[in-house]
Amino acid sequence: MRVSLFIPCFIDQLTPQVGLATAKVLKKLGQEVEFNSSQTCCGQPSYNSGQWEIAKEGAIRSLEVFKDAEVVVGPSGSCVAMMKKFYPELLHGTKYEAEAKRLSQRTFEFSDFIVSQLKITDVGATLHKKVTYHDGCHALRELRLKEEPRKLLRAVKGLELIETEEAESCCGFGGLFAVKFPMISTAMVEVKAGALARTGADYIVSSDPSCLLQIGGWLSREGKVIRPLHIAELLAMGIDHA
Amino acid sequence: MLNSKSIFIKESTLTSADGDQRQFIRTALGGYYKNRDIYQARYRNWELARDAASLAKWSAVNNLAEVLEKFVAKFESNGGKVHWARDAAEARKIILDLVAKANATAVIKSKCMTTEEIHLNDALEKAGFGVVESDLGEFIQQLRGEAPYHFVFPCMHLKREAISELFTKHLGTAPTDSPEELTMIARKHLRKLYITADVGITGANFLVADTGQISITENEGNARLTAAMPRVHIALSGIEKVINTIDDLTVLLPMLATAGAGQPMTCYNTLYAGPKKPGELDGPEEFHLVLLDNARTQILADPEQRDSLHCIRCGACLNVCPIFKNIGGHAYGTTYQGPIGSVITPHLRGLKDWNHLSGASSLCGACTDACPVRIDLHHHLLQNRRNAVKVVPNLFDRVFHGTFNFVIQRPALFSLGGKVFRKTFGLLKHLPLPYLGTWLKSRDLPAIPPKSFREAWKDSKNV
Repeated sequence: MRVSLFIPCFIDQLTPQVGLATAKVLKKLGQEVEFNSSQTCCGQPSYNSGQWEIAKEGAIRSLEVFKDAEVVVGPSGSCVAMMKKFYPELLHGTKYEAEAKRLSQRTFEFSDFIVSQLKITDVGATLHKKVTYHDGCHALRELRLKEEPRKLLRAVKGLELIETEEAESCCGFGGLFAVKFPMISTAMVEVKAGALARTGADYIVSSDPSCLLQIGGWLSREGKVIRPLHIAELLAMGIDHA
Repeated sequence: MLNSKSIFIKESTLTSADGDQRQFIRTALGGYYKNRDIYQARYRNWELARDAASLAKWSAVNNLAEVLEKFVAKFESNGGKVHWARDAAEARKIILDLVAKANATAVIKSKCMTTEEIHLNDALEKAGFGVVESDLGEFIQQLRGEAPYHFVFPCMHLKREAISELFTKHLGTAPTDSPEELTMIARKHLRKLYITADVGITGANFLVADTGQISITENEGNARLTAAMPRVHIALSGIEKVINTIDDLTVLLPMLATAGAGQPMTCYNTLYAGPKKPGELDGPEEFHLVLLDNARTQILADPEQRDSLHCIRCGACLNVCPIFKNIGGHAYGTTYQGPIGSVITPHLRGLKDWNHLSGASSLCGACTDACPVRIDLHHHLLQNRRNAVKVVPNLFDRVFHGTFNFVIQRPALFSLGGKVFRKTFGLLKHLPLPYLGTWLKSRDLPAIPPKSFREAWKDSKNV
């Protein structure tokens, strides 16, 4: 398939390695990968701040950017949920509604695309590490993705997946919530990342780089040894080791 | 003067930093999670049961006028008297008049959040009527002079020692750390009050239209005594509590217990149908029901958030909410805490002063998944944020998002802006910038990469 990468703005600027790993894994799986550099941000920060009129402009722009894409794949459950779920709602009743629905149907989160569209669970990776998984809230509760990333992880040779009771609890990022209510947000990541750190795993893996920004930011500040790792980075690393 | 938002920021900042209290609340909820999972698993299909419970409420709420009329006719034919209250002030006046007319010297109450909503106890006390809460948790909170911490578990934030000290101080009892002994102290104290009270005030969990009964759910038996012993029984209920048929209770009662308290069924589920009839030995001589609107018809008129009237006040959304678990119930400053409180308080008390609660959410959606009647809670928080933009102009937000949008509409500018940010981050991180400075107070950012993805991608294509 011809896969058009959807690289969220903060991955572009802060964690480009996640985007590169996404491209690498998809290429390894035989996909033709393209990146339209006219993309910027999906508009979710404005949407979540109640500025829906402004967010609509970002949404309309994305419709234009991806109008010729065969499929759109993004390594972020949150930003994909914005395009897949919230664009059609935001643009409901406008002349863009049909195009928003068309984009929604062609847009997939990275692990969802591999498992449910390509029907692949074993990407041919090997990694002798212990990991624990963090379900990003948008991936879990807006896109209903729970098993997809786990299927990919379980198929990695040598990898041990440690599940915790806190896997589904929110990391406290929530976009601008993290800086509008910093004390609550930090309390949430303390509970979340603290519990995951106690597993003794090498990595906290997630399909959502925004959660990893929050979790990683706290782990780094607290001097914890466990590292955040995006699932695409893990798979890319495992492909190299295979 | 401090407004509700600045009080919230102050309180939630304090409580979320209190690691011990946070842990205490988590531990207190530990047993609930375990039992809830056990009893949810007994349902052949919990999701279908949620559909059924939601439909039972939906069909009444979306036909509210007709179902209410049917209920009222049946309730009055059973001998009860209905009073309509448009708002809290009207409801207080109706109840105060009824209490005065009964020549009451003592009033006893069972747990009812709607009475908290209209601040009834204050009004009764100011009018010279002593009122005593008979639910154990509410009794404790009344002695403390404090609002309920959680609308189902009013004193869940208290350790046994604190309760023991409270009883020693107010009731003169010996200290004990046994929950059974503490319960017996309260029971002994309250028993004589049921007998001497002239008026008993209760709430209602459901108003059953086809039988004209009110359904009250409780674990302690205190509501039955409150309703049955005094001469006059006054119940207060929001109009949205009405349901079509008694059969609806077969799904709503067990779900209320399981979702909210992790019980298969609540201990006492009682249907009250009118006062004592001629020849009957027990029951009140008069049975009054005050039906309260207080902005519920305003919510009814909002098709987006109408489903928030489905709420059966089970408390499941609080129990799973990471915000509630970290800031605690009192920081909200509302009658109804947690996600449902953040959704409906702007309707009850005004969006202008209460929209900050909708902002204080990561929108994780755990509440929506837990709600037994499928209220779309976290999306309602988003809608409140959108609605707030129209009624509370926020210049900072307008400029911030306007500028952000100007940048993201122009890829070259976005790319340049990102580059400038990355190149100057070493300097920026020391400046008290909004958002960035706030983030860096408690969290790091990853090592800033020399190249953005788009730059790295372009380079890889040119190799």
